[in-house]
Amino acid sequence: MPNPIPQPAMPQPAIAPPVERENYLNAKYGVWSWLLTTDHKRIALLYLLSITFFFFIGGFFALLIRLELLTPAGDLVQADTYNKLFTMHGMVMVFFFLIPSIPAVLGNFLVPMMIGAKDLAFPRINLLSWYLYIIGGVMMLHCMLTGGVDTGWTFYAPFSTNFTNTKIVEAGLAIFVAGFSSILTGLNFVVTIHRMRAPGMTWSRLPLFIWAHYATSIIQLLGTPVVAVTIVLVAAERALHLGIFDPKLGGDPLLFQHLFWFYSHPAVYIMILPSMGVVTEIIACFSRKRIFGYSFVAFSSIAIAVFGFLVWAHHMFVAGMSVYAALVFSLLSYAVAVPSAIKVFNWTATLYKGSIHYDAPMLYAFGFLGLFTIGGLTGLFLSALGINVHVTDTYFVVAHFHYIMVGGAVMGYLGGMHFWWPKISGKLYPEGWARLAALIVFIGFNLTFFPQFLLGYMGMPRRYYDYSHMPEFQILNVLSTAGATVLGVGYLLPMVYFLWSMRYGKPAPDNPWNAAGLEWKTPSPPPTFNFDEEPVVTWEAYNYDELDSPDKGAPHKEEVPVAR
Amino acid sequence: MLNNFPLWPVQASTIARSVDALYIFLLIVTGMMTLLIFICLVYFAARFRYRPGVPAVQIDGSHALEITWSTIPFLIFMVIFAWGALVYFKERTPPADATEVYVVAKQWMWKIEHAEGQREINQLHVPVGRDVKMIMTSQDVIHSFYIPAFRIKQDVLPGRYTVEWFRATKPGTYHLFCAEYCGTQHSGMVGDIVVMEPAQYETWMNGGSTGPLSATGEKIFAELGCSTCHRTDIQGRGPNLHGVFGKPVQLEDGRTVTADENYLRECILDPGAKRLKGFQPIMPTFQGLVTEEQVNALVAYIKSIAAAKGEAAKASASAAAPPAQENAQTNALANGSQVQ
Ligand code: HEC
Ligand code: HEM
Ligand SMILES: [Cu+2]
Ligand SMILES: [Cu+2]
Repeated sequence: MPNPIPQPAMPQPAIAPPVERENYLNAKYGVWSWLLTTDHKRIALLYLLSITFFFFIGGFFALLIRLELLTPAGDLVQADTYNKLFTMHGMVMVFFFLIPSIPAVLGNFLVPMMIGAKDLAFPRINLLSWYLYIIGGVMMLHCMLTGGVDTGWTFYAPFSTNFTNTKIVEAGLAIFVAGFSSILTGLNFVVTIHRMRAPGMTWSRLPLFIWAHYATSIIQLLGTPVVAVTIVLVAAERALHLGIFDPKLGGDPLLFQHLFWFYSHPAVYIMILPSMGVVTEIIACFSRKRIFGYSFVAFSSIAIAVFGFLVWAHHMFVAGMSVYAALVFSLLSYAVAVPSAIKVFNWTATLYKGSIHYDAPMLYAFGFLGLFTIGGLTGLFLSALGINVHVTDTYFVVAHFHYIMVGGAVMGYLGGMHFWWPKISGKLYPEGWARLAALIVFIGFNLTFFPQFLLGYMGMPRRYYDYSHMPEFQILNVLSTAGATVLGVGYLLPMVYFLWSMRYGKPAPDNPWNAAGLEWKTPSPPPTFNFDEEPVVTWEAYNYDELDSPDKGAPHKEEVPVAR
Repeated sequence: MLNNFPLWPVQASTIARSVDALYIFLLIVTGMMTLLIFICLVYFAARFRYRPGVPAVQIDGSHALEITWSTIPFLIFMVIFAWGALVYFKERTPPADATEVYVVAKQWMWKIEHAEGQREINQLHVPVGRDVKMIMTSQDVIHSFYIPAFRIKQDVLPGRYTVEWFRATKPGTYHLFCAEYCGTQHSGMVGDIVVMEPAQYETWMNGGSTGPLSATGEKIFAELGCSTCHRTDIQGRGPNLHGVFGKPVQLEDGRTVTADENYLRECILDPGAKRLKGFQPIMPTFQGLVTEEQVNALVAYIKSIAAAKGEAAKASASAAAPPAQENAQTNALANGSQVQ
């Protein structure tokens, strides 16, 4: 049911101009104009290419993992190979795809535009971030091609420091370097959001996407250095035999876990918060409404960032902590679930009395809501101490974090890519295919990961490559593998039609969704410095009532086409 | 009822029942929350879909509503938290008179030694209806002793003891898994828990025992020369170890700690770590000179010579439950060296 989004009364004169106007894509040509660019939009595209590359590498590993688990016996690959596969899958997906995904691509592209700035505060540092990411990525690839790592993405000591003979230090360094890319991006966003907002763009007028990125950046700034230090300590114990984590050398293995999760729990919010921001924008636009409870949604992002730092040891309830510490961390985990719940309720309430359109981005946003809800609610199971003991380190945990990080975060990322693709590329993608892909991803995802909740409660431990001791787990594993193939198709489709649209897609109007937000008040694709004139903001965020009722006297001049 | 449901693990211990009850409660609560959200989503999505000429009604929000839907979930969460904590306390508090089993994990096998001296590998035989407490350590990396049918799991760490207990309620053979990734053959580090009727168990127990573990410990105690310093009269250069286990011990720095299994272990492997009041620090370290199994035997021996059985039992319990007083504060987070 194609429901045309009401366009403003004035016909948009900007549709399909005969001569292409100058924009950030055609302003300059040649490899160097890309590799040395300081334009945040071009850097966003560089990131887009590189994270897509890593996404497919990680996806390939996942496929092999699922194929191995099709049968109980370990028959496809060797035990060591399997251990490397899930390790590299996790590292690539977490550090080289999910963490950079939305912030580095959509955030990079949109943060300056949404607040009415010409670029980020430090364009050169932005480029440096990308180079650090690439250096880290190349090191990771080199590490994988010359043997790989087999510790799991969690690097638990003393296995990682004194037992495995795979390339720990090299992989650690790769993540260390990529971590600085993440820190610098966070720094850039924080400064940009503080210092470069257009006149009139007060904090309470910021799109919630910006609030989400602000919270994310704070976590990146404060958390990432801790994982960097942890990596250094692992390398030091490994190379110099300093006794830090291994009790044989006088170290403490739990210290590692505390350090690791002190970063890695907040890191899960680095992955999900931006996605929440994206979904907020999409829901507002496609239900044509101001977000229900703007300030609650904004502050819940900050609350998540703050509380997110206080719950790390919920990953260690059976690790040998004291009972009292476990109690505190369980309690705090429930506290951090509250702001997440607020968001879900507020998004749902936003739909109430809306005028809802079902374009592809909205379908992804609905998918996000469904999957994130399930992922979040299963977090309640994991935080319940008595249940955690049984299900930790089983497939239940695997299902939980995939529901959130893949179901939630990747759904949001894809939704955002569809929503802003017309702006980024200046082209429209085929709507029918996009809706189909959203549906396939949703079905494939549930088929892949729902059985894993059941497997986990039945007791299947994670990171097992051979389950011939317990063949009763096979049926659910077969279902999961079947789902993974469907999911794979769902992820390939957008790549195909996005590429297709770059060449054959219809030219996109400046504001195809008639969406609020400064990024839509500039041409598609935008000019190098985003706005032809510095915008002045005189309206509240999500002023869909004004956009939809032309008789209210379209107060803003921005609708005037930009002729060049 | 649940025992025959193919997607539900067998329920074979007292704790399994408590865990399942909480799990079912959570399934109902979260199921209702999911339903509520999904019904709203679907209803709103259908009811408020775009219709030409019907504009959206702008609503800014409502603090009253928002506070309601923050508070109610929070209260529900607190119920879940409290219930989960109760079950956890039970899981982490071995009954005082539990039968003891020593477990040594190594890449990639479980070595098990009963207090009566029976040894097994990747198998644990236990009688139905008796409390069994496992005192576990690892020779290399971290492992995790996981019995899904009992719903219990505890990481097994190098360099210290951790404790886990259960009471089996149903004879049968159940899976034992290593749940913490530990290298190449992690998925091969599996075994069986064999729960037997008590009579059957006695028969099994009487076959091929090498004598109780504490007797082995006594022999080692003599062989390693511990007995030269630790004598039963007051002449020794070291303290008399009779009756030590389970008692509070005065340390030189003024702290008082309870002599639990982890304390004994530390005294043997790292005597300098906790210095005793009133003694010269002359006890040599036995780190590297004794195997994990020998340490276990020594600990079993020292426990066996505790003054009265009652004392010993009390200590294991207090060591396993919320760690005693200041022990808890000093060790709390990063260290956690108490027996859990
Ligand atoms: C050279 C004499 C000496 C030898 C040999 C020796 N110890 Fe000790 N041990 C001591 C002294 C002295 C202390 C108390 C001072 C301290 O804590 O450093 C002590 C303390 C202990 C304690 C703590 C006792 C308490 O009351 O809290 C234990 C347990 C112990 N030793 C066990 C052993 C075992 C087991 C061995 C043999 C493997 C052993 N010791 C060998 C001298 C010795
Ligand atoms: C909504 C509130 C949430 C709660 C209460 C919660 C709770 C938990 C708990 C207790 C665990 C530990 C499981 C274990 O290993 O024993 C866990 C694991 C995990 N959670 Fe969540 N979670 C929540 C949301 C999230 C979010 C938003 C993300 C990611 C974006 C996330 C990602 C993860 C990951 C990655 C793990 C597993 C780590 C591992 O063992 O490798 N969780 N969660
Ligand atoms: Cu966490
Ligand atoms: Cu293992």
